[in-house]
Amino acid sequence: MIEIKGLTKKYGSFYALNDLNLTLEEGTVFGFVGANGAGKSTTFSILATLLQPTSGDAFVNGKSVKTDAHEVRKQIGYMPDFFGVYDQLKANEYLDFYGASYGISEKEREVLIPQLLELVNLSHKRYDYVDLLSRGMKQRLCLARSLIHDPKVLILDEPASGLDPRARVEMRDILRQLKGMGKTILISSHILPELAEMCDEIGVIDGGRLIAHGSVADIQAQLAGEKQITVRLKGLLENAVNFFEEDPFVSKVEIAAEKNAITFAYRGTEEDQIDLLRKALDQSLKIISFSETETDLEDVFMEITKGVK
Amino acid sequence: MKQLLANPVLVKEIKLRFRSLKSFTGILFYLIAMCIFVFGFIMLTTSFTGTGYFRPEESFFMFAMLTYIQLGLILFITPGLTAGAISSEREKQTLNILLTTAQTSFQIIFGKLTSSIAFLLLLVVAGLPIYSLVFLFGGVSPGQLGIIFLFFFLTMLAIGGIGIMYSTIIRKTIVAMIATYGTMIFFTAVTGFIYLVITGMNSMAAGTLASSPIAHFFASINPVVLMLTLISPGSDSFITESTKVDIPIWIGYAIFYICITILSIIIAVKKLRVNMKRTR
Repeated sequence: MIEIKGLTKKYGSFYALNDLNLTLEEGTVFGFVGANGAGKSTTFSILATLLQPTSGDAFVNGKSVKTDAHEVRKQIGYMPDFFGVYDQLKANEYLDFYGASYGISEKEREVLIPQLLELVNLSHKRYDYVDLLSRGMKQRLCLARSLIHDPKVLILDEPASGLDPRARVEMRDILRQLKGMGKTILISSHILPELAEMCDEIGVIDGGRLIAHGSVADIQAQLAGEKQITVRLKGLLENAVNFFEEDPFVSKVEIAAEKNAITFAYRGTEEDQIDLLRKALDQSLKIISFSETETDLEDVFMEITKGVK
Repeated sequence: MKQLLANPVLVKEIKLRFRSLKSFTGILFYLIAMCIFVFGFIMLTTSFTGTGYFRPEESFFMFAMLTYIQLGLILFITPGLTAGAISSEREKQTLNILLTTAQTSFQIIFGKLTSSIAFLLLLVVAGLPIYSLVFLFGGVSPGQLGIIFLFFFLTMLAIGGIGIMYSTIIRKTIVAMIATYGTMIFFTAVTGFIYLVITGMNSMAAGTLASSPIAHFFASINPVVLMLTLISPGSDSFITESTKVDIPIWIGYAIFYICITILSIIIAVKKLRVNMKRTR
């Protein structure tokens, strides 16, 4: 559905994007993770036919953004990170204007608009002026706008940015529904755990380069296979430290004295981990709990982008 | 044509414009100003002459004044209406979304231009009942009025086109507006000045007037000179005598401003999606 080949965007000598390659199948929900200025919005702008790449090309359903931009526009729904609305225009008129802009007939629009407003939970705001809606409502309305021509691909640039927790949850629920409809969705966000929940694949971009791409599990595995383990103990922590440091799969052992616990990084398999726990109990260490600490996507992101320029 | 007028940008712009109280108060104040001028003029003329009559020559003078007021209005309001058409969308962050729709660049520019021209036409048409007073007292033919309105329309289109062009190529509305007003000042004042300088230098240098197509060109593209020749057709001969070029002013004016309109629209259409042009 989406194919990006050697996409590069240069401003003078600065590379906003550097040889980006990516292929996404139909129905994939792809999360784009990266710091500010990493190249996410540039990639999305090129896919939305707003920006011409310096070299390389991107294809949406086989249509090139460089040579077939008009056809690409019909197949994508784009929601930018920052957008404005028209004053003196009501929510249904806002959608009606964009519907007409995509060549949808008046009759079809009359049926479509209430359905879209229903989808984004804005039916009750149908006759309200758009500029008077809350930020969260505007974001949802903009999402409905991007769906008006039933695009196959949705490009959502930080759709949850600046929203309060409730609005974020509402936005996430709508995106889940869209995923259920089989849309191919490209979404960027700084709220990384949310991406992990929704996305089939994620890509980490930094300095204009795609430095990691795969499923959330794949990306987590790129953390050199390390797990973080916390052991809570009763009694002498020093003995426990000595014991765990002897294990070949253990590294970075640290004492968290206030919690009466020690933490360490573990590289062994699950079988090795079971053996380690058994040996620790055989050593009469008074273990209260032995648990893996969940590594969230933010940790993954920080780890992967460490040292990348 | 029906498809052109069903342009979504045009429909939306007209809807927004007529929802704004500003538009109606603008028309109201314009009509009030015109009424004060016309009725004041009639009152002053009849009371000063002491005859109680309003002669056709006086009616003609009133017509000339009204025409120049309308021209001033067009020259003053058109840049304000068009120079922010695209740049304000950019400033309000609505342009990117508009550019990702299936509308072509021409549709967007056409919608913006026609909505502004439509409002100006409404303003001019709203003033017609006041104009009709001129016919009540005689001195002016309906044909003459028709021709003047035709040239008003052409002037609106040309200035509108220039405004939209600047609005597309300049990011800030205020700068686009200054550029459009600057161009207007050039066409209305500087061209007239250049015409006077060239003809003056010609007469001084040769003693007798030599042919000067450049002076004729500058006189031709000046809206104030054109209106003078349309209001009083005899004045055309003065330009012909001073430049020794026997081409009616209106022909040069029509050709020049039609070309300007087309050129401005082409540039605006080409520059609207400028970031989609190849860069190196």
